[in-house]
Amino acid sequence: MRLAHRFAIENELIKADCIESIEFPDLAQKYSVYAVPRTIINESAVIEGSLPENFFLERILETLEPAKGASVDGH
Amino acid sequence: MGLLREEDLLQIRERFNGLVNPVKLVHFTQELNLKYGREAKQLLQEVAATSDKISLEVFNFLIDKEKVAEYGVDKVPATVVRNGINYGIRFYGLPAGYEFGNLLDAIIGVSAGQSGLGDASVEKLKAITRPVHLEVFVTPT
Repeated sequence: MRLAHRFAIENELIKADCIESIEFPDLAQKYSVYAVPRTIINESAVIEGSLPENFFLERILETLEPAKGASVDGH
Repeated sequence: MGLLREEDLLQIRERFNGLVNPVKLVHFTQELNLKYGREAKQLLQEVAATSDKISLEVFNFLIDKEKVAEYGVDKVPATVVRNGINYGIRFYGLPAGYEFGNLLDAIIGVSAGQSGLGDASVEKLKAITRPVHLEVFVTPT
């Protein structure tokens, strides 16, 4: 099972979609999908490629940190 | 003619022998103007037929608005894998090739209600208090 799907099982706030890029070209273009897998977190942050469980999760947690969000929003 | 070969079906049945709880595949499609729509529905029918623990519900994306809203589906073909609980696990498009294996894994994981993740990850995931939407883009090969 994909890590994203595993994460969704553990917390109901997490939704995990697996999207065939070729069938949804507009969406793939919107998120600049040129190589797969490419994971988009909350329509903004990106995880490129496959990562081990702990790194994949850390990237998600980083994205959720308010301070990081604020700096991104700032400029 | 079936999309899955007899040898595929044998392997799938073997993997599904260990299914614990019933799993429901909730599929959204539309009749017209949908590339791979027919194949996706047929593939799921064939998968559902391999085990009496798996059921398939099919909804029309354009007509069954209530279900579309309930599952938050915004494009088709879409397939939700759930048991009594809807975990928010969705596949968009035809789950063929490499993704087919992921679909089988998701069915097995959802049936068990277990993620198979390490304790450290489980603890960190439980601490998340804001909505997270993960969109994993893949290709069939």
